[in-house]
Order: sequence, then structure tokens, then C-alpha cells
Amino acid sequence: MKKIEATIRPEKLEPVRAALAEIGILGMTISEVSGRGRQKGVALQWRVGEYRVEFLPKVKIEMVVLDEDVGRVLNVIVRKARTGERGDGKIFVVPVDNAVRVRTGEEGERAI
Amino acid sequence: MVDAGDTGWILVSAALVMLMTPGLASFYGGMVRRKNVLSTMMMSFALLGLIAILWVLYGYSLGFGPNLGGIIGRLDWIGLRGVGQDPSDTYATTVPHLAFMIFQAMFAIIAVALWSGGVVERMKFSGFLVLSVLWFTVVYCPVAHWVWGSGGWLTKLGALDFAGGTAVHLNAGMSALALALLLRPRKGFREGEPMEPHNIPMVMLGAGLLWFGWFGFNAGSALTSSGLASSAFVATNIAAAAAALTWMILGWVHRRPSALGVATGAVAGLVAITPAAGFVNPIAGIPIGAIAALICYYCMVLRAKQGIDESLDVWAVHGMGGMWGALATGIFASVAVNSAGADGLLLGNAMQLAKQLVGVIGVGAFAFAATWVLGKAVDATIGLGVKETEEIIGLDISQHGERAYGGISQ
Repeated sequence: MKKIEATIRPEKLEPVRAALAEIGILGMTISEVSGRGRQKGVALQWRVGEYRVEFLPKVKIEMVVLDEDVGRVLNVIVRKARTGERGDGKIFVVPVDNAVRVRTGEEGERAI
Repeated sequence: MVDAGDTGWILVSAALVMLMTPGLASFYGGMVRRKNVLSTMMMSFALLGLIAILWVLYGYSLGFGPNLGGIIGRLDWIGLRGVGQDPSDTYATTVPHLAFMIFQAMFAIIAVALWSGGVVERMKFSGFLVLSVLWFTVVYCPVAHWVWGSGGWLTKLGALDFAGGTAVHLNAGMSALALALLLRPRKGFREGEPMEPHNIPMVMLGAGLLWFGWFGFNAGSALTSSGLASSAFVATNIAAAAAALTWMILGWVHRRPSALGVATGAVAGLVAITPAAGFVNPIAGIPIGAIAALICYYCMVLRAKQGIDESLDVWAVHGMGGMWGALATGIFASVAVNSAGADGLLLGNAMQLAKQLVGVIGVGAFAFAATWVLGKAVDATIGLGVKETEEIIGLDISQHGERAYGGISQ
């Protein structure tokens, strides 16, 4: 089992979700986050003058998938979330020790 | 003789001006960071309790009671003694004395609330309340007496202030500046950390409520339901509109027509027309409002360049907007509009402008100096600023034990 943490552009969430559903990946948790990488922040206006906001809004998708699905999932996310500009985001893949389905108590791969 | 129309209008106006204080709370509250929104709103809202009580106990008598040397009112009307359903002999003689008294109460409340904008996000609530009591007693009541009290020295001089450009706005603006200079700046201000407004829709709603309430503030100050009230009403709307438009254009020239800018511009225009509303031809609201936006805009730029942390620019908008309005009254006033007023510079009476200048200097200098002394006194005794950790956590939690936007998902 692997956990996939993808931080992407907010407007790319729906295309990514739809494309993952097509390959049978339904479960995910999303959060609204702020972050930055190489993309610059944005200048916003006060009543006079402006100030910079260095962290831009992004959406973080977290999901745990079977090892054999990792490649397909990454492929879908990269394909659907990419614009080619700075600020498209990052994906991290981390190992997962165990998973438990709260409703049934099932553990391991059967829980995901 | 009590006149039904006049009484109805004054009571409605009192209610309109009352709504300005929650409006101001929202206007200010939206401009601060989310950890300080309740604290900021309380610095207006709590005064609807505190100042309203002080006003009926002794404030009204200090401000409007029988004259003592042109400086202050005597305490004859303490606890509303002698203030009843019959009109006063001196003020608003066609409405019950109580109606005039409660109308004026609302001005006192918002005057105190206004300068809180200069100190939000860093003044502790206990210090703020003590300072509010002192400021109300030592600064607001005397200045209200000078400007509006029968026998007040500025009234006798002939300086005109229809609804409080000097007594309320210049007064609060200079006081905010004094306190901002006295307190240390907000943590991160010197380092250029962005102090991001957390809810601009709230600012716009607040500005809308202020604009609405200002009809009571200005047109109510005619103290009659009359042609003069209508003239002041129209002048008020024209100036607010002209200033909102001008600020929008200024923002656009420099970058974008910002929502925060339009809301600020409207308030600047309302401030500037306040002293003039019932003395000038309504159409003069266009230059008064437009120039107010220019002055307040560049005063904000100047304030920022000086590195002064006057959090919400009360000095720039209310202080300098009020100053401009008072001077503009001396330029545009006409006895054809209000026979109790005077002709201004444009009608060949340069003396009126000089009188207005005396009013501006008198009120502005007194407000700055007296507030500085009061602020120092409170700071030296119970303290004015919050502790650094309290400021980092935010004043909502550290001062009030609440947070504005609590809960997770529900």
C-alpha cells in the first residue's frame, strides 16, 4: 500500500477526480491548502499600495492505493493536472504500514 | 412647541446613527487579520454599552449643559435631570429634549469607536476601556461643547461644523495618530509582514451601513424635518458618491479598481461632507467628495511611507478628511442654503475660512495633545499594549476567550 499526496492547482481537482474515477479509483480526501514552490506569490491591493502573498491556494489530494495501482494513478494525475507552467504542484508517494476500515474493522489491503 | 415631523425625523436619525457603530465594527473588523476580528469589533460594539451610560449620567451635561467659560457644560443636567419630554430652551426647540439628547449620544459613541481603528490588533481591552472613559470625558465632551454647545468658544467664534467634521472626525483622527505613535507597532509591521484584511465583503457591508446611517448623522443634524435636512441629505449622498468614484479611479490608475478602495473612498467622502452638509449647496458635494478622496488617498501613502503603524488609517480618512471638510465649509458655505450659517470664500468671505482654520487647529491640536497625555497615563498605570504572546495568539482569544470562526466543518 502506498499513500499518494498530490498538491495541485484547485481548478484541476475536478478533471483529476473524474479521470481517477474512470480507472476505478474513488476514495480520496482533499483539503484546501496554501503553498509555494518555484511559482511566485501574488501582489494584492490594500487601500493604497499593495502587499505580496507568497503562498498560493492549492488543493491537496490524499489517497491510499495498492502498490500495483500507483503507476496508473500517478500517470492520471500528472496528465490531468499539468499546464506546463510553474505552480502545477508536486506528488509524493509514501509507504503505508496498515489501513483499517472503521465500519467493519477490516485491515490491510482489504480496507482500501 | 414639539413638532411631530421634526421629532419623528430626529428619533429616526438617532436610530440611523446608532447603526453606524455596528457598521463601523464590521468595516474595521473585516480589515484586520482573522485572529483579531472579535477584538476589533468589540472596540466599537462595547461602546454602545459603556458610552451610552456615561452620556446619560454626565456626558450630555458636560457637552451641552449650561455653558461654563466657553469650555465645557455645567453639570446641571447630570443623570438627565431636567431633560424631559418638553423641548430644551436652547437646542432643537421643536423636539423633546430627550430626543435631542439621545441623537447626540449616538455621536459620542461612534466618536470613541472611530479612533479604535488606529490601535486595533495590539491594545488590550481593559486599557482600551479605561482610555475610552478618559477620552470621552476629557476630550470628546469638551470638544463637543466648543463646537456645538451654546456658548462654546468655537460656536461664538462662528466656526461652522454642521454634523461633526471637527468634533467627531478630526478629533478621532488626531487621537488615533497620537495613540499609534505612542504604542509600539504591531509585531511584524516593521518587517513588512502583510497584515492581510481577512474579510473584504464585511468591510463593504460595514461601509454600506455607515453610508446609510450617515443620512441620520448629517441630515438629522438639521434638527428639523425640513428643506435643510433634504439639502444635507443630498449633499451627503453626492459627496460619498464622488469620493467613491474618485478613489476607484485612483486605484485603477495605480493598479486596479479595488473593492476595499471604493468602500474607503465612500467613507472619506462622507467624512468630508459632514461639517459642510447643511451649509453648502448640495452640488458642492462633488468637489468636496472628490478632493477628499485625493487627500485621504495620499495621506495614507504618506503615513505608510513614514512607517507609522496606524492600523486602519483613521488619521488619513477621518482626521484629514474631517480637516478638509471643515476647511471646505469655509470655502463653499452659503447663507442662501442655511441662514444660520455664513458665506464662504467663494462668496467673498475669506474670514469664514480663517474661522474654520481656527476650529481645525484648536480641535486637532487639543485632540492630539490630550490623547497623548491620557494614553501615556493609562500606559504607565494599567498598561495599554497586549503582551507579545497575546498578540501572536490574537486578541480574540487572549482578550475575549473567543474565536470568530470556530468549529471544524460544523
